[in-house]
Amino acid sequence: MTDVPLLEVRNLTRHYKLPRQSLLRRAPVLTALEGAAFSLRAGETLGVVGESGSGKSTLARLIMAFERPDAGEVLFQGRDLHGLTAEELRKLRRGFQMVFQDPFGSLNPRRRIGWSIAEPLRANGETENITHRVAEALEQVGLHPADAGKYPHEFSGGQRQRIAIARAIITRPALLVADEAVSALDVSVQAQILNLLMDLQDDLGLGMVFISHDLAVVASICDRVLVLQHGKTLESGPAADVLRAPKHPYTKTLLKAAGVRP
Amino acid sequence: MIELSNLSVHFGHAAALRDANLVIERGDRLGVVGESGSGKTLLALCLMGMAPDSARLTGQLSIDGQDMARAAERDWQRLRSRWVAMVFQEPMAALNPLRRVGDTVIEPMLLHDGLTRRAARDRALSLFEEVGIPDPDRRLRQFPHEMSGGQRQRVLIALALACNPMLLIADEPTTALDANVALRITDLLQRLAREREMALVFISHDLAAVARATEDIVVMYAGDMVERGRTAAVLGAPVHPYTKGLLGARPDVGVAGRNADGKRRRLPTIPGSVPPLQGLPEGCRFAGRCPVELPQCATQRPAFTQTEVARGAACHLLTEARHD
Repeated sequence: MTDVPLLEVRNLTRHYKLPRQSLLRRAPVLTALEGAAFSLRAGETLGVVGESGSGKSTLARLIMAFERPDAGEVLFQGRDLHGLTAEELRKLRRGFQMVFQDPFGSLNPRRRIGWSIAEPLRANGETENITHRVAEALEQVGLHPADAGKYPHEFSGGQRQRIAIARAIITRPALLVADEAVSALDVSVQAQILNLLMDLQDDLGLGMVFISHDLAVVASICDRVLVLQHGKTLESGPAADVLRAPKHPYTKTLLKAAGVRP
Repeated sequence: MIELSNLSVHFGHAAALRDANLVIERGDRLGVVGESGSGKTLLALCLMGMAPDSARLTGQLSIDGQDMARAAERDWQRLRSRWVAMVFQEPMAALNPLRRVGDTVIEPMLLHDGLTRRAARDRALSLFEEVGIPDPDRRLRQFPHEMSGGQRQRVLIALALACNPMLLIADEPTTALDANVALRITDLLQRLAREREMALVFISHDLAAVARATEDIVVMYAGDMVERGRTAAVLGAPVHPYTKGLLGARPDVGVAGRNADGKRRRLPTIPGSVPPLQGLPEGCRFAGRCPVELPQCATQRPAFTQTEVARGAACHLLTEARHD
């Protein structure tokens, strides 16, 4: 039994250069993320909370190795993603997948969904059993294998998010990064998708980084919470502690916004 | 001030809005909640005289004593801005990116009120102050992209208020905004309605925002108004199974994601999905998804049953209970 966490993020920092304001001065620098750190075990969920510009999507892109950090490390199963060669990284990618907010924007409207779901397999150079694995993934997310032949517009918003999840789990990943994955959905559909994510975690032992601006949603699915503002970590800890006794005024505002009764 | 009686909207044979009854008086703050396909946006468009051309309206929609259900576009133009104004979900899409926001806000004052540019500018300045835009003088000269989402939504609210409307319709005004910004916009709309004695129709799927902003509430499902009453009463003790389902499906910050034994707690859900317009059930439109169905639900449409003053729901369970 190893004690290596599924995902460990150490002192992660990312700056972006903004457009120059003047020829004579240096371009201003925006610190999108500063010193983010956490670790995540298999089957666990970490909620990342913050407003737009807080750095939560930057964190997601760094974890997914879509871009490189200016400092810090992302250790996936003990290996630093940003220290790997392109080829090593490509092979490792099947282990961590992402679900985006807008399922309509992330599915090719001119391709049958079976094709889109199989895309990560093709990217890995896998050619065997594709139809079978697409059918399996569709069943895991509560859809029918025959749906593989349909186009995205034939599905409702909730079903499209199921399709996006099917595509993310088809490589049998150990880690799922969900960026506002339920934010665009109606309340009753949102509950169905959250339950689906929990089912998948129980069945497949998935670890999950769950990014959301909605604390109520985070409370329902996350074990631990990280609150970001302007790239800095305001507080972090077990979800029960942070939500019951928030230390930072910003977290308190978010809690107020999430309550149904005034 | 505004009265809908049995207002229905048909597209072909399908009723996208069915027998809507509603009275809105000055200073009322009404929340309209429901999911996609519930007809809440269509209701708002009807109140603005902006229902799509393919829509067929029946029943009555009277504004200030005039029946507007079949009114011509010219008559609506006279009413818009002065009577009803609207705030939309996506403030960036609703503002012209090539125009300074000040010019956009001033335009209706020149068109509808015949003000001079100088007078219109002064009013725009005071409106910006009223909706809480700091440094209004500089902001008037800015373009939409130079502002944050919250600021842009405030500009749209100022624009809606430009001709002192009696009714402000806000369609998902906070959905595209960050939680704490949404909170401030919600409070702003509520405050403006009170201070101006203006009616506010607040359309949202966000129950938390509706709870903060409104006094009365209408819950819509698949084109029907299924429950209504005081906001606190309806959200506190819902009667209709759909309202109950909706409130139950909403995660609660106070409830942890795992039980004591470490198992993940699933959220209560409403099974299935909203039926498409062409395949609506014959009786109660919630039939097939409802956890407490009676035999008559599939075939008979439930009448709206009043349980208290200004409180009731359209559900067979209510009449059933009466007969016992």
